[in-house]
Order: sequence, then C-alpha cells, then structure tokens
Amino acid sequence: MSENLSRTPLYAFHVANGARMVPFAGWEMPVQYTGILEEHLAVRRTAGLFDVSHMGECRVTGKDAAAFLDRVMTNTMATIPVGMARYTILCQPDGGCVDDLIVYRLGPEEFLICLNASNAPKDIAWLRAQVDASQVKIADECAQWGQLALQGPAAEAILSGLTSVKLDTIKRFAFVVATVANVSGCIISRTGYTGSPGFEIYLPAASATKVAEAILAAGKPHGLLLTGLGARDSLRLEAGYPLYGHEISEVISPIQAGLGWTVKFSKPEFIGREALKKQADGALPSSVILFSLADRRIARQGTPVFAGDHKVGEVLSGTHSPMLNKPIGTALISSDALAKGNLTVDIRGNRIPLEISAEPFVK
Amino acid sequence: MSSLPSDLRYTKDHEWLRLEKDGTATIGITDHAQAALGDVTFVDLPKVGATFAEHAVFGTVESVKAASDLYCPVAGTIVGVNAELNGSPDLVNREPYTGAWMIRIKLDNAAAAQALLTADQYKQLL
Repeated sequence: MSENLSRTPLYAFHVANGARMVPFAGWEMPVQYTGILEEHLAVRRTAGLFDVSHMGECRVTGKDAAAFLDRVMTNTMATIPVGMARYTILCQPDGGCVDDLIVYRLGPEEFLICLNASNAPKDIAWLRAQVDASQVKIADECAQWGQLALQGPAAEAILSGLTSVKLDTIKRFAFVVATVANVSGCIISRTGYTGSPGFEIYLPAASATKVAEAILAAGKPHGLLLTGLGARDSLRLEAGYPLYGHEISEVISPIQAGLGWTVKFSKPEFIGREALKKQADGALPSSVILFSLADRRIARQGTPVFAGDHKVGEVLSGTHSPMLNKPIGTALISSDALAKGNLTVDIRGNRIPLEISAEPFVK
Repeated sequence: MSSLPSDLRYTKDHEWLRLEKDGTATIGITDHAQAALGDVTFVDLPKVGATFAEHAVFGTVESVKAASDLYCPVAGTIVGVNAELNGSPDLVNREPYTGAWMIRIKLDNAAAAQALLTADQYKQLL
C-alpha cells in the first residue's frame, strides 16, 4: 500500500476480519470483506456495519454560531432543533459545492458538522475564512472521533442490546448522546447513506474497536455482515444519494444535482445565493440524472452520453444494482439534450439507450 | 488461494489455456484473476468465427468494481463460447477453471501454446 495514507482506529479490526484494504480519499479503507454483492444484500435484508471513521468532524460554537452557519450554508440552520441534524451544502460564491455536510445541533450555540473525508481540511479552512466579525469558534475534531454506520432492517434490534436508549424514540435525522457498549459520550443518530434504515454512531476514536467488536458480536445472530466501501457505493447509488466529486463538486451546483430542496432562497443572504437563484430560475446549463440500462454492461464514470452523434454529457457514477440486477448510474447531461430525450451511452462501441429514472431505485 | 491445475498453461495477464485432444484450446481466467476482480456481473464474449491475433482483446469481464479486458493467449479462430456465462456470470467466481471456461479457439499455430507459462512459472508471478 502506498505511503502517506491515513488509517482509521479500526485498521487492525479490518485486517483481522479479512478485509481487502484499498486507498480511498487519502485513507486505507476496507473495500470489501466477503464480497460486494453479499454485503450489499445484507444491508438491504438484515444489517451491515461500516467503518466511516475517515469522515471528518468539526465543532462550531459561540453566540453567533447559528447565524454564522446560516450565512455559509444553503439550508436553514437556525431552525434546527437541539437534538436534530440537517443535510446541507456548503457553496462557493459561484454556486459550486465546497462540500455536502450533515449539521448536528448539540445545543443552542453548539453544532457538530460531519465533513467528507478528503474535504475536511479544505472545509475547515473555508469556514474559518468566512468568520469575519462573527463570535464563533471552529474546532477541528477529526482525530477525536471514530464513526460507525450500522445500516439495515435489523440495525435497531442489534443496537438495542448495547445501549439503554429507547431507539424507537429517535426519529429520522434525530440523535442522542448515549452510552454504547459501555462507552460513554457516543452520538447515536438515525441517519445513513444506504437507503436502508439504520444509525450512524459517532464515538471516541480510542473506543471505536471496542464498540465495533460489540456490534459485530450482537449482530452475528441477526445475519449482520461487515460491509466495505464497495457496498457503500452501490447502496448509495441505488438510493440516489450524491457523492462529492461525482454528483456534486466545485463545478456541479446543488441545483444541477437535483438538491434544490437544500437551498433555501427564503434566507435573504448566504454564500452562493445569487448564482444559485439564477440557475433555479431557469439558467441551468446541465443537470444530473439517475439512469438504468437494459443491458449487462456497466456505464462507469466518464462514459460519454450521446444524442445521435453529439456528445451531450457523461456518466458521473456507475455500478451494478444488486436489487434491480442491472446497471445503474448518474450522468451530467446538457439541458437541451435532456429536453429532447433519446439518449444513449457508448460502452466499448456499444450504443445502449439511457433509461432515465425520476425516482431513486430504492426508497 | 487454491492450487493451480498443472495441466493448464497460463499468461501473465491471468488467463489459462487448456489444449484439447482435437487440437483446439479452451481459455478462461485464473482463480487469482477472479479473486482480484470480485463479484463478476457480466462477461462480454466474441461470436463463433471471429479471429484474434495473439494478445488481442477478445472480450471483457465486468465486476461490480471494474471492467477488465480479456486477452487472447494465442492467435486463432473462435469455435465455441460459453453461453452459460450469460445467465450465470458468477460462475467465474465459483468455478474459474471448469464451469467458467470462456472461449474455445482453433489455433493458427498449434505450437503457440507451448510458449505460454507452466503452472510453476505462473505461480512465480503471484
């Protein structure tokens, strides 16, 4: 494995459990343990446990914390109740995305933000550069936290044996600070990136292995599998969730990505508002769509999309959907071509019709 | 890793070749190759009658992770393809040396197979 890769607190746990480790976003991460298809289906049918400790965290505190976040984020932050989380985009002035984030409100003047792994240093520097006269402190807590995602219909039954918290009282996008497997100071949040029910658990990095071992042992009788980044990608694509660097990026705005619901123009001011408003009012050069193919070939990232002989876009993400048993993906396509339809992808010289889906494949 | 069948020949691209009694050869990919690919979802194979030069791409194997080219170890003409892989691409993961054979080829030069790696030589590459 090449040098300069970071390791999560669970590195030894992965190796001991037979993971195949690969470089991802500057980290050495498990891509699979037993096989991507099997792990994918475990999450849909029983449960899977992901190490997502590579994700970053920062804490924003202070008298102006809510107002500051409302000024930098596209979604409304001041109205998040304590104990709830909200998905939002952090935008550039031109509407491009710095990152997509989940913001947890720990208190009236205290927020914990979950950052994408490779973007974490950039995000924290970006936030600090926007502080101006606001009374806020931005603390980098990336190294302090481990993160596990326990996902699947059996997740609640598995976790309920390891905590005294009544999990059924945690609504979607709600969280509690709790003790899990005798480790205090964990955050249990009913969130996820798979399209199946479940929890994300933030925990002190030093205790991550202890909690992972406990969940694995509690989950085995339910059919829980350890699940890697391979299944995480096919699960999130079936559910239609964007991945930074693919469906959203510095050059693909939330409006283009179909994430207009996260952009609150009712706020009089936030970074990117003017550019995003123009796009929302119709000046949209291209849009991201979800597609499937009636074929067995997978249209992977970079595969060209054609209208007749004209290239009108390209694939952003592509994989095999285990639930549909056919290829699925996302593509960025010019608005003109989208309006006309009749699009194909070219895979190794084969022209295959793009079947655009208005809805995620798994809800 | 399971042991390498000693009656097969191998390439550095992780294909195997078996010389049949009728002078044709059967070709597939090795256990090492299928393990590296992960779950195979599709095998794109040529039509009977197609001809390939040595080391030409004769098809593609798609796994969840990636699409990988298949290289023809010897020059020749396709005389058979394994239609079972259409419905059961996962055979490549389960039976790489038997049920998941990919093509049968009539060699342009019957001696060409002798230039391929033996099981012992291939093992050195793994």
